[in-house]
Amino acid sequence: MKAFEYAAPSTKEQAVALLGDRWEEAAILAGGTDLLSCMKDNLMAPSRVVDIKGLRDLGGIEYNPQSGLRLGALVTFEQLREHPQVLSRYPGIVQAVEGVTSAQIRNRGSVGGDLNQRPRCWYYRNGFGLLAKDEQGRSLVVDGENRYHAILGNEGPAYFVNPSSLAPVLIALGARVRLFGPKGGRELPLEKFFTIPKTDSEHENVLQPNEILTEVLIPAGSWQTATYEVRQKEALDWPLAAASVALKLGGAQVQEARVVLGHVAPIPWRVPEAEKILTRKTITEEIAMEAGKAAVGQARPLSQNGYKVQLARVAVKRALLRAVQGGA
Amino acid sequence: MPEYRWPEIGTTSLIGKRINRVDGPEKVTGRAKYTYDLKRPGMLYGKMLRCPHAHARILSIDTSEAEKLSGVAAVHIVQEPGTEIQWAGDDVVAVAAVTEQITEDAIRRIKVEYEKLPHLVREEDLAKAGDRVKPFTEQVTGDPDQAFQAADTVVVEGEYGLPVVTHCCLEVHGQVAEWEGDRVTIYPSIQGVERVAGQYAQALGVPASNVRTLMQYVGGGFGSKVAADRWGTACAQLAKKAGKPVRLMLERKEDQEVAGNRPSDFARIKLAATRDGTITAWQSESWGTGGPGGGGSPPIPYIWQIPNQRKIHSAIATNCGPARAWRAPNHPQACYLTMCPIDDLAAKLNMDPLDLVVKNVSLLGPRAELYRQELAKAAELMEWKKNWHPRGDRSPGPMKRGMGLSLHTWGGGGHSSECQVSIHPDGSVEVSLCTQDIGTGTRTVLTIVTAETLGLPVEAIRLNIGDNRLPPSGNSGGSTTVGGVSSSTRRAALNALEQLFLTVAPSLGVSPEQLEAVGGQIRVKGDPTKSLSWKQATAKLGVASIKEMGKQPGPQPNPGELTSSGVGGVQMADVSVDVETGVVKVNKIVAVQDCGLIIDMKTAESQVYGALIMGICYSLMEERVMDQLTGRMLNANMEFYKLAGLADIGELVVHMWTDPEQQRRGVIGLGEPPVISPGAVIANAVASAIGVRVPYLPLTPPRVLAALEKGGMV
Ligand SMILES: Cc1cc2nc3c(=O)[nH]c(=O)nc-3n(C[C@H](O)[C@H](O)[C@H](O)COP(=O)(O)OP(=O)(O)OC[C@H]3O[C@@H](n4cnc5c(N)ncnc54)[C@H](O)[C@@H]3O)c2cc1C
Repeated sequence: MKAFEYAAPSTKEQAVALLGDRWEEAAILAGGTDLLSCMKDNLMAPSRVVDIKGLRDLGGIEYNPQSGLRLGALVTFEQLREHPQVLSRYPGIVQAVEGVTSAQIRNRGSVGGDLNQRPRCWYYRNGFGLLAKDEQGRSLVVDGENRYHAILGNEGPAYFVNPSSLAPVLIALGARVRLFGPKGGRELPLEKFFTIPKTDSEHENVLQPNEILTEVLIPAGSWQTATYEVRQKEALDWPLAAASVALKLGGAQVQEARVVLGHVAPIPWRVPEAEKILTRKTITEEIAMEAGKAAVGQARPLSQNGYKVQLARVAVKRALLRAVQGGA
Repeated sequence: MPEYRWPEIGTTSLIGKRINRVDGPEKVTGRAKYTYDLKRPGMLYGKMLRCPHAHARILSIDTSEAEKLSGVAAVHIVQEPGTEIQWAGDDVVAVAAVTEQITEDAIRRIKVEYEKLPHLVREEDLAKAGDRVKPFTEQVTGDPDQAFQAADTVVVEGEYGLPVVTHCCLEVHGQVAEWEGDRVTIYPSIQGVERVAGQYAQALGVPASNVRTLMQYVGGGFGSKVAADRWGTACAQLAKKAGKPVRLMLERKEDQEVAGNRPSDFARIKLAATRDGTITAWQSESWGTGGPGGGGSPPIPYIWQIPNQRKIHSAIATNCGPARAWRAPNHPQACYLTMCPIDDLAAKLNMDPLDLVVKNVSLLGPRAELYRQELAKAAELMEWKKNWHPRGDRSPGPMKRGMGLSLHTWGGGGHSSECQVSIHPDGSVEVSLCTQDIGTGTRTVLTIVTAETLGLPVEAIRLNIGDNRLPPSGNSGGSTTVGGVSSSTRRAALNALEQLFLTVAPSLGVSPEQLEAVGGQIRVKGDPTKSLSWKQATAKLGVASIKEMGKQPGPQPNPGELTSSGVGGVQMADVSVDVETGVVKVNKIVAVQDCGLIIDMKTAESQVYGALIMGICYSLMEERVMDQLTGRMLNANMEFYKLAGLADIGELVVHMWTDPEQQRRGVIGLGEPPVISPGAVIANAVASAIGVRVPYLPLTPPRVLAALEKGGMV
């Protein structure tokens, strides 16, 4: 790990002033569960670490039936899981949180950190670069070990999957994010926050090196949500594929549906093809299966990850059934 | 001379009972200090610059920038320019500095030029291994060609395999080295405190008498911690150069890449039986890698004496970290490669595999009858006959359930060991021997043996281990420790007791042979009114302590001796498979295990529980993923090198076989055998659930789904 300066500002203005114009200058520290691993592995070597845990207005969960749900960036997984309204109204969020089976990470990991964590691609984490290329510029992933890589949005040069478990369900709920930078704040749909980098120096989202993600806003609305993750094991691990759905129901009929896949593409992957199938339908096993099929219609697996197509299909089906049945 | 036997069955107050691990409180409170925890005065932190290439020649090394860095105390070149490196991660330059961070910074400043050489790091495809294939000679028994063609013969053919897995010791490899003049003390994390001292002496060029090795606790070894290792010697060199103690522990990533692994094995296997289920012939073409040296050949067909056999094995030399003994070396592979085809044969014969195994039990040699009984016990605990169904669970829904079985064997005879038992005039008792407790319960067992022999409670015994100045008692490997050290301790304790009897007999007015030590007393056999308390008795020693040695020569072949060799067991698994996702969950594993006389039932069962957990890990999750393009291990961490957590384990039922005949066999090792069968039982259970063989471990979702697609039930 490179030696660094540690700063602990108490306002977001101070924090932003401590950040730099380039990623190498400074990094934001929230729970540190990802940042510190990246620094220890020399994937990130910021000269300054800006600890934002002292920024009061970045905390807190507020629910209001008129305005919806507001999550401060510093809210932890565990706080989400314990919040009465999140528990009762947003089971899809809780299911995503509970997939993270480490108490330590749930206690420490934050919403802002989850949305900004770096990909777990094993080439990237072993120091072969975000886009994992050999000396000739060829992708290591395409001809290499790609069992955990992307099946969608993988035209290249990025093949990693977005690691966030919260992003799919938040996008399904139409969440917006607020960013704060030297010129003040800006707000955008979370769906538009994530981007697929084309070069090694780009990141996986629109955040600028001197910006902070300050909060997540979920508009009011009565959505049935569910998340289904396919995990090989129950102890701490990453999903092989996941789906989050949000359904607006009129009686048993779907008025509007949002279906978002996780861990299958370099960004959380919204699938309008599946949403279309669900509109004005009653969710049955058959419809759910059809939506699952449609969700992976565009999938183009790499040499070793064809199985993820099946897993994503099943995840959509099971998430939909879970959303209408509640519980399991 | 006393008679060196174990107490009569049924007469013991401690042996065979369920007794808590004596060092449990030390461990759970953190008072137990492992090598990783040690902090010697002025200690420096050592680290290793490692080769990033799988195969390369070192052209030049420039350490000047590192040496200039303030805080750097020593730099030691481990492999000189010109050396050909055979695996990524091999040691090149060691550095010690005042903090870990400075050491890392220094390492980054070292410039090494390499000439990259062609590498091979994947071996599962024999056709791609080219000149790296080193074939062994073909072995033929009986007339396999004739047997496979005989009328009324049913033949199964298939490919099976297990990848390289690593040891994943909770504590990584490493040591602290500290010099005082020309004497060096090493605090290793090791399975052989005594043996490693000699290795250090040789490598450092100092007299053996100048090396002291000390270790109280080690966070696992599983076969991977039996040598000083190049990084150990380098650590001592750094300490010498710096004139200060140095601690050099491997990073987890390094531990995964270079500190040992279990060789892979793949095989094309043909197995034949007559239509009534009598196994007649075996044919195998197998291959695997143990790293640059290629590796050995698995003992297949495992434990079955099949009359007609043809087999050929090839070792593949790869540019990967070399293999080391991994809990029951070669047995888990051989067992898997044998018990899976047998299960497939049963399916083809439309037989319950339990019936097939029982029908052929005579092919299991001298242990056949015991296996038959153990199979019956396991079947009872699993309710096998009630739950078994022909291949492929036909019940509705995506969750399919199935069961599998397997059996295994191991040696485990005690190694040679020397022990000293001292009885002091104040009544205190000391047991001293240079063994180590690698988590297997050695401390507890030795304490129990001494306490039982002297008629004292376990708290009365003080045990000294983990110091090479104590009487030599060998490495902990091959499950040979418990048989050896319990026997030498029993001998020493009996010898010491005999001396005590000699001293106190006159005061009780009897001859020494008439005395016994029971319940904290020395008393006259048959006349409990004539007795002395332990303290009264030892007070009669005056000022001279009793110090008696016990020497165990090694395993003893005859029944009734202190230790013998040869154990076995039967396991059965019940699993559920989600056929839509390929996710496998273990519902239950039953393990029936024999291991001679059991000293502590609790720590014995613990060994089996631990082995089953390790077995679930390597069956469902573990795999070293090597990348042919970069030559690196991609999952050298605890994240994508997957291990089970509690929720992944299921119910474990352990039944220790303790009939009188077993107990008369003396103490036999148990650490390794129960880890042999899990691969086969879990894989066979999956085949039973989904109706198709998933040929390769670990049984991951992609593999299960691929097998289903090829010919499963959905
Ligand atoms: C073995 C393992 C398994 C895991 N499994 C899962 C899983 O299944 N699903 C899942 O979602 N996660 C999983 N996690 C990841 C975990 O959820 C993240 O590490 C955590 O959410 C990050 O939050 P943090 O507060 O610790 O972030 P930090 O480590 O502090 O920061 C992470 C990154 O985000 C940036 N950052 C943090 N906060 C902000 C902000 N407010 N604005 C802008 N940038 C910011 C940091 O600069 C850094 O680059 C797993 C982690 C591990 C180690």
